[in-house]
Amino acid sequence: MEEIYSEAEIPRTCKIAKARPETISFLLAFSKSYEVATYKNLKFDRTLN
Amino acid sequence: MELQIDDSVLVKNYVGGDEKALEALINRHNQKITSFIYSKVLDRDITEDIFQDTFIKVIKTLKRGSYSEEGKFLPWVMRIAHNLIIDHFRKNKRMPKFEGSEDFNIFSVIRDDKLNVEKQMIKDQIDSDLSILIEELPDDQREVLIMRIYKDMSFKEIAENTGVSINTALGRMRYALINLRKIVQRNNIVLTN
Repeated sequence: MEEIYSEAEIPRTCKIAKARPETISFLLAFSKSYEVATYKNLKFDRTLN
Repeated sequence: MELQIDDSVLVKNYVGGDEKALEALINRHNQKITSFIYSKVLDRDITEDIFQDTFIKVIKTLKRGSYSEEGKFLPWVMRIAHNLIIDHFRKNKRMPKFEGSEDFNIFSVIRDDKLNVEKQMIKDQIDSDLSILIEELPDDQREVLIMRIYKDMSFKEIAENTGVSINTALGRMRYALINLRKIVQRNNIVLTN
């Protein structure tokens, strides 16, 4: 039977990608540590260790 | 059928302090955003960096309470990612990268023309010895030599500054060098790098 499937490679631009679990863990940890403190009309960024 | 919580609800919950909502948002849009970034930069590590920077901006904006596009969370995040991709290419244009191949490495051709620490120390020592020797010269010769070598003045400028003719200035320079050589030979001083 004739081969009907394309053997051409999927173009690199179409590659399905997902961020690594380490990156997501970092973002979640950053989010937990990041705070914005408000004093009067001023906002201060704060990153807790 | 599984009920999916709307992005706007998750955003609201996150702003209200629910960290799990952020995890849900990231996981929900991870593939779309990462694929979008990768399709532009075509590099896995750069994609990862831009993805991370995108969400750092998202987190900061949401926590500051500056986000106002309720219901349009994904397009907003995509726009941030898009801007960061543009920044990435702009930065690379300013600082073009050249990566060598297996056959050719640019670092085997070009080299740093600065002296290494040892040679620099030797040069400094010679410069310092030379300045002591120059002090031994007669005043008029020393003056011309300093103006020519250290102040990089032309003989015309030296002549104007010292009130002598150019030929006299040239002669003083010549005698300064002859006398310096004599001092070096007399004292068996080695001045080489």
